Amino acid sequence: MTSRTPLSFQDIILALHAYWSRQGCVIVQPYDVEVGAGTLHPMTVLRALGPKPWRVAYVQPSRRPADARYGENPNRLQHYYQYQVMLKPNPPDMQALYLGSLEAIGVDLALHDVRFVEDDWENPTVGAWGLGWEVWCDGMEISQYTYFQQVGGLDVDPVAGELTYGLERLAMYVQGVENIFDLAFNDPQSPDFKTYGDVFLENEREFSAFDFEAANVDMLKRQFEDMEREVPRLLAARGRQGQPLVLPAYDHVLKASHLFNLMDARGAIAVAERQSYIGRIRDLCKACAEAWLALEGENAAAGA
Amino acid sequence: MPQLLLELFSEEIPARMQSDAARDLERMARERLTAAGLGPEGLRTFAGPRRLTLVVDGLPAAQADRSEERKGPRVGAPDAAIEGFLRSTGVDRADLVERDGVFFAALARTGRRTAEIVAEMVPEIVRAFPWPKSMKWGTGQVRWVRPLQRILCVFDGQIVPFEIEGLASGDVAEGHRFMGSKRPFAARDFDAYAKGLADNFVVLDVAERKRRILDGAQRLAKAKNLALVEDEGLLDEVAGLAEWPVPLLGDMDDAFLDLPAEVIRTSMRTHQKYFALRNPLGEGLAPHFIAVANIEANDGGAAIAAGNARVLSARLNDARFFWDEDRKIPLADRLERLKGVTFHAKLGTMYERVERIEALARELAPLVGADPGVAAEAARLCKADLATGMVGEFPELQGVMGGYYAREEGLGDEIADAIRDHYKPQGPSDVVPASPATLAVALADKLDTLTSFFGIDEKPTGSRDPFALRRAALGVIRVVLAANLRIAFAKRFGKAGVDDLLPFFVDRLKVLLRDQGERHDLVDAVFALGDDDLVRIVARVDALSAFLAGEDGANLLAGYKRASNILRAEEKKGPLPDGPVGRLENAPPEETALINVLASAGPRIEADLAKEDFTAAMRALAALRSPVDAFFEHVLVNDPDAATRDNRLRLLIQVRDLMGRVADFSQVAG
Repeated sequence: MTSRTPLSFQDIILALHAYWSRQGCVIVQPYDVEVGAGTLHPMTVLRALGPKPWRVAYVQPSRRPADARYGENPNRLQHYYQYQVMLKPNPPDMQALYLGSLEAIGVDLALHDVRFVEDDWENPTVGAWGLGWEVWCDGMEISQYTYFQQVGGLDVDPVAGELTYGLERLAMYVQGVENIFDLAFNDPQSPDFKTYGDVFLENEREFSAFDFEAANVDMLKRQFEDMEREVPRLLAARGRQGQPLVLPAYDHVLKASHLFNLMDARGAIAVAERQSYIGRIRDLCKACAEAWLALEGENAAAGA
Repeated sequence: MPQLLLELFSEEIPARMQSDAARDLERMARERLTAAGLGPEGLRTFAGPRRLTLVVDGLPAAQADRSEERKGPRVGAPDAAIEGFLRSTGVDRADLVERDGVFFAALARTGRRTAEIVAEMVPEIVRAFPWPKSMKWGTGQVRWVRPLQRILCVFDGQIVPFEIEGLASGDVAEGHRFMGSKRPFAARDFDAYAKGLADNFVVLDVAERKRRILDGAQRLAKAKNLALVEDEGLLDEVAGLAEWPVPLLGDMDDAFLDLPAEVIRTSMRTHQKYFALRNPLGEGLAPHFIAVANIEANDGGAAIAAGNARVLSARLNDARFFWDEDRKIPLADRLERLKGVTFHAKLGTMYERVERIEALARELAPLVGADPGVAAEAARLCKADLATGMVGEFPELQGVMGGYYAREEGLGDEIADAIRDHYKPQGPSDVVPASPATLAVALADKLDTLTSFFGIDEKPTGSRDPFALRRAALGVIRVVLAANLRIAFAKRFGKAGVDDLLPFFVDRLKVLLRDQGERHDLVDAVFALGDDDLVRIVARVDALSAFLAGEDGANLLAGYKRASNILRAEEKKGPLPDGPVGRLENAPPEETALINVLASAGPRIEADLAKEDFTAAMRALAALRSPVDAFFEHVLVNDPDAATRDNRLRLLIQVRDLMGRVADFSQVAG
């Protein structure tokens, strides 16, 4: 990649943290509920709504039960990391900032071919979409770059720019590695060098068996219905300041979404049912988005 | 004459939208400039990954001055009305002119400066631009395909000043994102602009970008003794993805060459936008590819080529996974999965569709000389590959993969070919399959599509044809003609077929024949006979076309026109006489000759038509030519004697009707 030693997996994360911190981002930690994509972190989905400026960056473990491969596929994991950045409103030089982040992790832009190739993003379960690109480096997709236009079915104003880096893939590229499990997790020169496989292979093996074989479908279904009922109840409840409990309600949307993904991976969802499940989650998410936007509007009006 | 230069510089514009954007910009500027009376001499537009550029040459510096007269109130109208007119025109009362009892104001309109008009025009164009998809960004409300970053607008060497939501126009452009000075440069005319871009590694013209890609790719291929697999669509796309296109040769692990060539090519094309290379003599692909980068890298592109090669390996590993997994399950065992695939909400599952196709293929098989059992088995499996991993990943490989998997299973070439080729012919230029089993399945597939969608009233309207029914009908027609297949629509499809489907086929056939250069009046002349057998229709059009190209045909047509004109004129006066033609005493020899030739040609033509030998029928018709000519030259139809006149009219009716057995000559132009 470059003449100097390529960054380890964790050093890539640290370099991105340092870089986006310099750009004024709040660096938050991963959300502690299972999600399928970094976008779903409430620091992105909910904060994309409403008038307040917001810059945030974080790593988010993402769970995709259907992508489980028992640790046997060199390119696929049921649990992987996304690096997520959101800048709202998007600054005019956001593309340049993004390219700066690539240089920060050691991509030499005079040596590599970085391209913005049309790819419009959408996530139907949260009613979100935007226009943008997948970013290619020498033909490899290393990031998704999106200007949000709607979230929770609601127009966003101002528009937030969102960056998602697939960290494992990016690291494989930076380190020139063909198998995820061979990635240098920490510095190979360190006194206790670990590969990605040392850290996560066992997780992949066990969770793959869970995702495809052992997960209890009846229980998942029951839990899904519980979560679904909780969302409107929490939105109707009131906090000390009189607000609906949007954040707890949204947690339950995320849990419902993950339960759906688990049932889907177990093959427990018939083709005909799929759309209906996705629609139910989208409705829950939309209710949260509307409540959040109303709250943001009130706070803005109150000068909060 | 002064020049206008406009550049709308944005973040990366999707490649597929660029050429339409160039056309739309040209059209919108032309319309507005023309409406402003600034008839431009030359208008050019360019589109690329980050910019839309417009150059207009030969604009005047300003609109011409005009004088116009505005009509006001009547003389003696209430003061308020006159005051209002003075206010709206800005004319003094003393300057009003009276004519015919009405006030007129003479207004001198000074032509506006072109720059002013441009300053209004550009924001209008930006706001009204018809992008297929557009977006907002930041805190703004303006929409563009991606964030608009800068506007260069110069007229006659001067900046045309305007703003779009705080984005002010200027005279500055910038070059390549990674190459060149990376500093904006000023340009006050197109020459300076073009030079600035060239110095900063931007090829403005898409035709030039395409040329560089193609030349470079061919050079790289040749250096390896290989040939480029040319791909016009891909070339268009990659030319929209690079401002400074640099083709690079990459290597592919030759272990992948055991994958089907279509899989390799599709993987290269769809995911990676690479050109494939092949051995110049044989059919097989070569273990290399051409990627088109957007940068001349310091190391000559070695790192880029290596990176791309690794990505391709990962992609082909995925493809190999599908190839290996798919072959573990026989196609027949995949049919069950099709029960879960909806074909159309009102038309049931894909499985039900397969059952219909199978029944139809079995029935059609004897017509095309296929074994019914073989055709039915191929039909039963023809959609099974929709349930494979490979087709899930690459939908465009439907059919192709089914063919491979069938062959691997040992189902034999006949069945494998039928599965592979049953989607053919896909368009006017696609080949029609030759094998009988394939023809049966291809016909059954398309006819099922047509009858199913017509059955639920989903017919194409105008430009809307979401289920590609026109293409399906054209496919049927081409198979029917190539295989000389006799399908009488009335018999096969009943009343619905005649009322709905037949006119649809006839329209498609007309389009096809016209595209093949047949005169559309000849096509109409044959269709007017109301035949429902496509093969016969085409044979007749061919024969008619040949006949009319000759001297006899052209002259006989003139005779026909003359006869029918006379008949039409007589018809207006009263009913035409009916009954047989008589041999009158003292009839001129030309009349007798015509009667004789009709008597002998009539049965011969009927016999030829019965044999469907239309060329012979036309030849028999040609015998009428000189007697008809002679008749008109020497015989007066409107004889004062009524019996003589009626007899001659009956003779003309006979000429018209006999010719009408061959084609409706009244539809033929000339």
